[in-house]
Amino acid sequence: MSAASLGGAFRTMLVRDLLLAWRRRGDAMLPVLYAIIVATLFPFALGPEHALLARIAGGVVLVTVLLAMLLALDNVFRGDLDDGALEQMLLAPQPLSLLLAARMLAYWLVTALPLLLVAPVLAYMLGLEPAAQPVLLLALLLATPLLALLGIVLTALTAGTRRSGMLLSLMLLPLAVPIVIFAAGAVGAAQQGLPWVAPLAWLAAALALALVLAPLACATALRIALDT
Amino acid sequence: MTPTLASSTPPMIEARGLGFARRDEGVFGPLDFALSGGGIGLIEGDNGSGKTTLLRVLAGLLRPSFGTARVLGAEPGSETAREGTATMGHLLGLKADLSALENLRIGMGLYGHKPTPGPFAMLTQVGLEGYADEPVRSLSAGQKKRVALARLALLPARLWLLDEPYANLDRHGINLVNDLLTAHAAAGGAALVTSHGAVSFHQGVTCTVRLAA
Repeated sequence: MSAASLGGAFRTMLVRDLLLAWRRRGDAMLPVLYAIIVATLFPFALGPEHALLARIAGGVVLVTVLLAMLLALDNVFRGDLDDGALEQMLLAPQPLSLLLAARMLAYWLVTALPLLLVAPVLAYMLGLEPAAQPVLLLALLLATPLLALLGIVLTALTAGTRRSGMLLSLMLLPLAVPIVIFAAGAVGAAQQGLPWVAPLAWLAAALALALVLAPLACATALRIALDT
Repeated sequence: MTPTLASSTPPMIEARGLGFARRDEGVFGPLDFALSGGGIGLIEGDNGSGKTTLLRVLAGLLRPSFGTARVLGAEPGSETAREGTATMGHLLGLKADLSALENLRIGMGLYGHKPTPGPFAMLTQVGLEGYADEPVRSLSAGQKKRVALARLALLPARLWLLDEPYANLDRHGINLVNDLLTAHAAAGGAALVTSHGAVSFHQGVTCTVRLAA
């Protein structure tokens, strides 16, 4: 007999989720298209005044990326819940939090990474100063995993309820406020030539905390949500 | 209602006064039964008599309302119990977008696996030769069930909890389930099988639990 190792189970889940995403790669492109369209609407709504667009570019890209991530969040557990795969995960001998950590990593890779690739293009389109570009990317690199971790914990809490998409947004967006404040603060500081490390350090600290706690919280939330 | 084989070893499942109620409305119980290694237990009852609920309690997905249950000598749902248990429910837990072989590999990665046979040989054994790379989406309901049975037989679990394993299967499929159960029991494993009575396992049933609606 060969028992499943912790690392093996983590790898199995990650490969599984990436493979599933690859088989439905069209779905993975939807958040990217959404982000492009939303960011494009701003110049139409506000007019082509370059100074105004450059000033709000960082914030627009941040909020657009965060909203686009929300689109895919509702489906994180939906499929596994409907076909019984989630039950198999709950009953596996591995700690549920480990399997969920793999789920979270896969979600970030599939949803956030393409958005990170398109974000510099959107920022350039809106006229963000080149000096602030790397700061925006760094802020997104810290903000997107943090939002993914928080979002998946909340998704786990609402996993048992049908049509939880709107509820999820209402629960998650207040939690996203500090993330947006720190990330936009860093970009704004960089635009004005001020030091921008401190807000990013706060984001990094929150991310470190969430990396440890979110899988545990998610496992507990999922057990509560499914205990019918 | 009594364990027959290997009474010196502790039973794999032991229920004492086990019952479950949903919002003060009794679903089943109180039940007393024990199942030892090499034994096959049959849970009989009409639709809605609580067969699935009983399996979910033993798997640790639901908490019993009264009484106690021990699975492999531990609390249901504890790590010891989960390590030695494999379940197959109405929802098979197969990913429709992945192939039969990929689904088996996921099960093996999460639960571990027996040294032999490999996943490919097991698919042949359940009559799915040539379907290994076919996405599960394109298989029939009975073939999906066979994939789930192949996964079950690959896992190292000593205890099987099977919810209606005969549903959707043709005559050969029913024989396949019986063969797998016989081999599992011969290897010292135990299985608890629910059935609404139309088709079921008959040779070598060591305990029968009857549930009334």
